Amino acid sequence: MAQDFQPLNGLLVVDLSQFLAGPYATLRLQDLGARVIKIERPDGGDLTRNLYFSDTVIDGESTVFHAINRGKESLALNLKDPADLARLKALAERADVFVQNFRPGVIERLGLDYATINAINPRTVYCSISGYGPDSPWRDKPGQDLLAQARSGVMWLNGSAGDGPVPFGLAVADMMAGAAAAHGILAALVGRGISGKGAHVETSLLEAMLDLQFEVLATHLNDGGRPPERANFRSAHPALPAPYGVYPTRDGFLAVAMMPIGELADLLDIDALKPFADDQKAWFRQRDRIKEIIAEKFAGETTDHWVSLLEPQGIWVAKVHSWSELLSSEAFRHLEMVQSVRDALGTELSLIRSPVRINGHRGRSSRAAPDIGMDSDAIIAEFGL
Amino acid sequence: MNAPTSSPANLPLEGIRVLDFAQFLAGPYAAMRLADLGADVIKVERPQGGDLCRSLAVADQWLDGDSLLFHSINRNKRSFAANLKDAGDLERVKALIASADVMIHNFRPGVMERIGLGYEVVAALNPKLVYASVTGYGTTGPWRDKPGQDLLAQSLSGITWLQGNASDGPVPVGFALFDIATALNLVQGILAALLRRGRTGAGALLEVDLLSSGMDLQFEQLTCFFNGNRTRPRRTEIANANVYGAAPYGVYATNDGYLAVAMTPLARLADLFELPALGTFEQSDALTRANEIKPLLQSRIAERTTADWLAILEPADVWCAEILDWPALSETEGFAALDMLQTVRNGAGSEATVVQCPIRLDGTRLPSDRGAPALGADTADLLAELGLD
Repeated sequence: MAQDFQPLNGLLVVDLSQFLAGPYATLRLQDLGARVIKIERPDGGDLTRNLYFSDTVIDGESTVFHAINRGKESLALNLKDPADLARLKALAERADVFVQNFRPGVIERLGLDYATINAINPRTVYCSISGYGPDSPWRDKPGQDLLAQARSGVMWLNGSAGDGPVPFGLAVADMMAGAAAAHGILAALVGRGISGKGAHVETSLLEAMLDLQFEVLATHLNDGGRPPERANFRSAHPALPAPYGVYPTRDGFLAVAMMPIGELADLLDIDALKPFADDQKAWFRQRDRIKEIIAEKFAGETTDHWVSLLEPQGIWVAKVHSWSELLSSEAFRHLEMVQSVRDALGTELSLIRSPVRINGHRGRSSRAAPDIGMDSDAIIAEFGL
Repeated sequence: MNAPTSSPANLPLEGIRVLDFAQFLAGPYAAMRLADLGADVIKVERPQGGDLCRSLAVADQWLDGDSLLFHSINRNKRSFAANLKDAGDLERVKALIASADVMIHNFRPGVMERIGLGYEVVAALNPKLVYASVTGYGTTGPWRDKPGQDLLAQSLSGITWLQGNASDGPVPVGFALFDIATALNLVQGILAALLRRGRTGAGALLEVDLLSSGMDLQFEQLTCFFNGNRTRPRRTEIANANVYGAAPYGVYATNDGYLAVAMTPLARLADLFELPALGTFEQSDALTRANEIKPLLQSRIAERTTADWLAILEPADVWCAEILDWPALSETEGFAALDMLQTVRNGAGSEATVVQCPIRLDGTRLPSDRGAPALGADTADLLAELGLD
């Protein structure tokens, strides 16, 4: 009954992927109820186990590894060893989903490409994630997040005009590619329910980054290729007019989204804004000037003052939080987005949960990420490998 | 059952009907992705003005009276005009719901219940329906009535302190990242629920919100925060690209552009950049003394061109890349090889170039040249199909 809301119960995912994009996709499938078996090299396993961000280490392994591999099983196999390769192929006969993110060409050399797996099990949905697509002249370049961001043009959307390129402070290309892979896999599984046949689902970091920029990129593509221009002052979106942006207040920062300048002039009682009140074209063309006028006003009072003045009037504003401020809010506790898991050594850690609720429940599993090969014996016995 | 073919004409969601009651970005984006994958997506819109996004322009761009943004996110859909406050229209919409597999809405909590299309009512009408709701901050809690707008959700989530450098204030992401991430989570939830329905016959209630999706995006950094000492992470003074990333991770100015450098051991950097000063640091200093290491690198990198450095670093397998902007990217062979653009045509014959679905299925893209619908363009056809006036 507790499992009732987990829609992917009974599906087996065989996951050869490492780092972030592939494991993020299979984490989502795991959250939705699938059983995920990580295939790892016996010596060292998934390279992310030793990819340290911060000095926070959990039982000798990186926190990122634990965050993204919670609830999965680990089967240690050396894919260059014929006996282990045969074990993997035997497991593939039972797999609903097979995921790999080697650089293009590597999986063929290993003898585990789509054609081979499809011949073993025509019902398997096979997913390949690469950096830049299978036929790209960049196919051999490292499919790493920061580098994919660099090539995608996205760094020119963050920050203001005087800044250089501003990268995201998180692995956005990996996560978007993982999300594309996850929903491509799920759609192919739905299609399999009708056709009985598996499919090859492919995506890449660069494709996912282009999709992510679709809104502003569509503008660029249809107006003669003008590059996006960030506002000189307090930019939060290159294509939106004033007041859209984040403003300093006396004690913090206030975010202000789309709203008519005339309304803002009245509510804030700013005479200098009056000439712009009905001139909609100026809201975009003179956005720096307008934003400077608004900024001067916001600087004079506290964030809470402005939120309590503007929010009841239906104005789209928000306080800019640090994590501590967010975590101490009652609203955050209501979301129940944090869970405790316990790893094999009994260490307890706090991790983010699935962002999707089904019939009112989020996926919850107290199972942590596995040690390398922790489940090998059980899996080999269960599947008769 | 017809023999399946491998052509993209045989898309995985063919035969699935989706009603898109949502406006703006997150809901319509999710519905568009389902359309990309073969679903029949019908927008249910107010007869006066329709989806508010039709009149929300970015960069002041329009196509046949609707914003270009609307066209980019509502391609390959149909439009059914209905006033949900009119009893006759509501009955028509209920008939449409009875014919649907999925419905998506992004009204604030309570609105659909007041209209009479809350989950309980609709589930009684069509027990096989997957009912998906998008909110800003969940359906309970003190923020349930706050506007579910992308920049505001970013601001509340803590993400603005991850971009930029130590001396900057908060730096939001420069477009609707949370809307899109939320939409992707919704798509996954809907597809998973459809899979379960195939097994059990039962529909489902799916809920996603901008803030939860924003927390999920930050999972990597939040995990360090939760399981470390819970102090506010610091961006480096220059070249920040991850608050928990060790030097050199970041973006550096060259003498003619910018270069991104990802994880690389300090000893390798000292060697390749001919920077003996880096040799005095231990690898364990890469995180804790990043503010000493990054300026050394920056001074050295600024001495030469991007091409000079790529010629040294790429053959040595250092993870680095030139920073491209769109004009430069669109000139590259790497971009051409992706085949990510498509032209869509609307009912009036106008064309727009848009990005297509980032997934290939059996080696082929999933293009559709059908543009966004005019408001109510398909109302008559659908009423005829349902046998209604």
